[in-house]
Amino acid sequence: MSEVQDYKSSLSDVSSRKFETFSYLPEMDAAGIRKQVEYIVSKGWNPAVEHTEPENAMDHYWYMWKLPMFGETDVDRILSEADACHKAHPNNHVRLVGYDNYAQSKGAEMVIYRGNPV
Amino acid sequence: MPKDHTKSYTAGVKEYRETYWMPEYVPSATDFLACFKIIPQEGVPREEAAAAVAAESSTGTWTTVWTDLLTDLDYYKGRAYAIEDVPGNDEAFYAFIAYPIDLFEEGSVVNVLTSLVGNVFGFKAVRALRLEDVRIPLAYVMTCGGPPNGIQVERDVMNKYGRPLLGCTIKPKLGLSAKNYGRACYEGLRGGLDFTKDDENVNSQPFMRWRQRFDFVMEAIQKAEAETGERKGHYLNVTAPTPEEMYKRAEYAKELGAPIIMHDYLTGGFTANTGLANWCRDNGMLLHIHRAMHAVLDRNPNHGIHFRVLTKMLRLSGGDHLHTGTVVGKLEGDRESTLGWIDLLRERYVKEDRSRGLFFDQDWGSMPGAFAVASGGIHVWHMPALVTIFGNDAVLQFGGGTLGHPWGNAAGAAANRVALEACVEARNQGRQLEKEGKDILTKAAKSSPELATAMETWKEIKFEFDTVDKLDVQHR
Repeated sequence: MSEVQDYKSSLSDVSSRKFETFSYLPEMDAAGIRKQVEYIVSKGWNPAVEHTEPENAMDHYWYMWKLPMFGETDVDRILSEADACHKAHPNNHVRLVGYDNYAQSKGAEMVIYRGNPV
Repeated sequence: MPKDHTKSYTAGVKEYRETYWMPEYVPSATDFLACFKIIPQEGVPREEAAAAVAAESSTGTWTTVWTDLLTDLDYYKGRAYAIEDVPGNDEAFYAFIAYPIDLFEEGSVVNVLTSLVGNVFGFKAVRALRLEDVRIPLAYVMTCGGPPNGIQVERDVMNKYGRPLLGCTIKPKLGLSAKNYGRACYEGLRGGLDFTKDDENVNSQPFMRWRQRFDFVMEAIQKAEAETGERKGHYLNVTAPTPEEMYKRAEYAKELGAPIIMHDYLTGGFTANTGLANWCRDNGMLLHIHRAMHAVLDRNPNHGIHFRVLTKMLRLSGGDHLHTGTVVGKLEGDRESTLGWIDLLRERYVKEDRSRGLFFDQDWGSMPGAFAVASGGIHVWHMPALVTIFGNDAVLQFGGGTLGHPWGNAAGAAANRVALEACVEARNQGRQLEKEGKDILTKAAKSSPELATAMETWKEIKFEFDTVDKLDVQHR
C-alpha cells in the first residue's frame, strides 16, 4: 500500500474552492463541453449560461448571460453563447444550465469555463 | 307488512364470506385497496380466509352483535373482491380487499396501519399473512402532509443539480466523543461530500450527548463550507425517547442553522414522525429518514408488511430522504422490486407493474417526492451500478467506503466524489456505465490519486449472498 498522503485543502488556498457538479474532475475540453450541451438538448431542457466572480460562486444567484435559450436545440449556437460570455468575462466562472421546466428545477448545471480564483 | 329478516338480529357465528366476500364489487376511486398474501389454516377455503381478513381489518368481529344493526355496515365494511394464485407458491394466495375511505381518519398513517395491519395479523384462521401493497386513494393522499420539502426544494436549498448527492455515515457507530465525531464529519465534508450522517443508534448516549454533538458538527459544516465553497449538511439525529425531547433537539438544530435533521420512523413511530415532518415544513428544515426495524416487518416473504407499503406510509407521513437499500451492497434488496419502491418514493404517478411487485396504480397528486438513499456496504467500484440504478434523485452514502480509505476520510470522500462525477459525466455522454465502469473509473483515477488508492483497496470485496425476499415468480 502506498504511503499516506496529505489532503491539500485549506481556507488560505483559494484553489481549494469548488463549484459543485464536475468541479472534482479536470476542466472539460471543447469536445467534453459539446457532449454535455448535446445531453441537455436531448433531454429537452432549456439551455442557459450564467457567470460569476469565483469568490461569489457559493451564491445562489449568478449573473445571467442574456436570457435562457428557450427551445434552442442548435448545439453550436448554445456553445457560441457560452463562448461569448467567457470572452466578455474571462476571469469569471461560466456555467451551463439545463432548465427542466417540468421538474421546476435544473436538470443540469456545471461550470464549463473556470475563472481565476482570488 | 312482513318482517324484513335481513334487518333482524340473529345471535351466533356467521361465515365471514356471507358478508365480506363480494367478487362482484367494483372498487371506487376513493377506496383504499390492499393486496394481502394469505396462507390459510388447513381446511379453510380461500374465499372464507380472504373474507375473514377483510372483516377483521375493518368492521367485523368473530360473532354477530346487535349493535351491527344500528349502522350501515354494508357501507362501512371492507370487501374482499378478488383472489389470485401466488406464482411459485401453492399454499398462498393473494386477496384483494377494498375499504371505504371513511374508515380512516384524515392525515393519519397511524389509523390506516392500525386497521390494515392490526389485530388481523394475529388472527387464528390464517397461518401467515403479508400486506404486499396498498393503493391510497388520491382523496386521502391530499389529507396528508407528505415530504416537508421534497426533491426539488432540497436541490435548490443545497444547490446540487444534475447528479446524485453524496453522503457518509460516521463510524464507529457508537463510542466517539462529540469532538472526535465532529472531526470525522469535517474531514469527510472537506473532501467533497454533500452530507455526513449520524448512525441510526446515535441518539444521546453517555459517551456523546446530543447537544455537544450538534455544536461540534455544526462547526465542522461551517468550516468545510468556507473551505470548499459548497453547501453542506449533516443529518442530526433527533430520534428521542419522547416527542418533547425530540422537538427540543430539533429546535436546537434549527437555532444552530443546520439545514437537515434525521429521524427513525419505525422505531420512533408514525405519530412522532408525522409531527416532526410537520415541524420541519413549518421551520424550513430538511428531514432525513432512516428505517431501522424495517427488516423485522418486511423480510419474511410470507408474513409481515412489504417495504413498498412502508415506503408509501413514509411518503404520506413525511420525510425528504428514505433509505431504500442499495441492490449492490451488504444489505438485502432485489433489483426490480427495489426499482418499484424507489418510484413510489419519487414519482408523481406509478403504474401497476407486477414485474416490479407493484399491484396497483398509485397517484400522488401534487405531493412532493423524496430522495432515495442507498447506504450499506458500498464503495467506489459500485458507483457505475449505483448511478445507473438510482439516477440523479438519490443520496449515495458510503460509510466504510469513505472512512476506510487508507489516507483517511478526506481522501475517501474525494475518491467517491471523483468517481461519482466521472460516472455522471460518462452517463450524460451516452456511455453504458455498468459495462464500461472499469474504464470510466480507471481514466478518472489518472487525475485523482485518492480514487486510484480507493480502487486498489476495495477491488476484491463483493457481497454475493442470495436475496431472501424475492418477487413471487413461477418456479416450474
